Amino acid sequence: MQIDWLSFTPIPSLLGGMILGLAAALYALLHGRILGISGIVSGLLHPQVDDFAWRLTLTLGLLTAPFLAAFFGIFPIVEIDSSWLAIMIAGLLVGFGSQYGSGCTSGHGICGLSRLSPRSLAATLAFMFAGFVMVFVTRHLLGA
Amino acid sequence: MKNHFGLFSQYAIGVLFGWGLIISGMSNPQKILGFLDLAGNWDPSLLFVMLGAVLVGLAGFYVLSKKTETFLGGAIDLPTRRDITKPLMIGSLIFGAGWGIAGFCPGPALVALGSGHLKALVFVIAMLVGMEISDRFFTGQKISPSDKA
Repeated sequence: MQIDWLSFTPIPSLLGGMILGLAAALYALLHGRILGISGIVSGLLHPQVDDFAWRLTLTLGLLTAPFLAAFFGIFPIVEIDSSWLAIMIAGLLVGFGSQYGSGCTSGHGICGLSRLSPRSLAATLAFMFAGFVMVFVTRHLLGA
Repeated sequence: MKNHFGLFSQYAIGVLFGWGLIISGMSNPQKILGFLDLAGNWDPSLLFVMLGAVLVGLAGFYVLSKKTETFLGGAIDLPTRRDITKPLMIGSLIFGAGWGIAGFCPGPALVALGSGHLKALVFVIAMLVGMEISDRFFTGQKISPSDKA
């Protein structure tokens, strides 16, 4: 292992992380729920009478965040090197896995760990492990 | 009025979360893959994202644990399950594998879609299909919303 010092951004990442934590904390304190993006979005597929509007508004918040950040001169860096096929397979796995495993990086990773939930700790270790293995396979064994 | 404030708050928190993803660098799939690449040129930034998020999150959930209702006067509906089950582990492993393929998880994919990336749109559509497959053929929607993390 060697550290990629050129890409390493400790200060913006710590700050951005604190903003993520603040959003999760505000969501819990104001709405009494976990800020889990996969759960909030997947609920749009089977809307109940009382939850469609808020699920949609929160999703729209995420979608319009880059547009609103541009007013402050902040433009997201998004580099997507994966092929169309890889993107499709990745999307299927991420959607299926987060639904079947009851959460993703936000619900288990941020909120669950903040609540000291043993379920979320187990889930977070599992998806980090699988992510490490997948990148090792695709970058170092298959050499993509 | 309260309902309108509630919806506005949902929107604002969505924006705030999106900004957190943008500023932290998590909205960039290449940065996520750089973190997941332990054997290559490793970018530890994501550890700092998690550290910052959990520090603030711990404080927030601690405050909430002392309360019987939310600051808007609503019910607190947090997951109560503590058992580590097969679907939890299998689902998380599959999720992590998909995360490792493209470097996208649900939040950053929506932010990238909002930045106008066509590949993010394809990812999000595939993600919704994956969710529907899980609901329809595997969990049968038996999971109540409050059991979700």
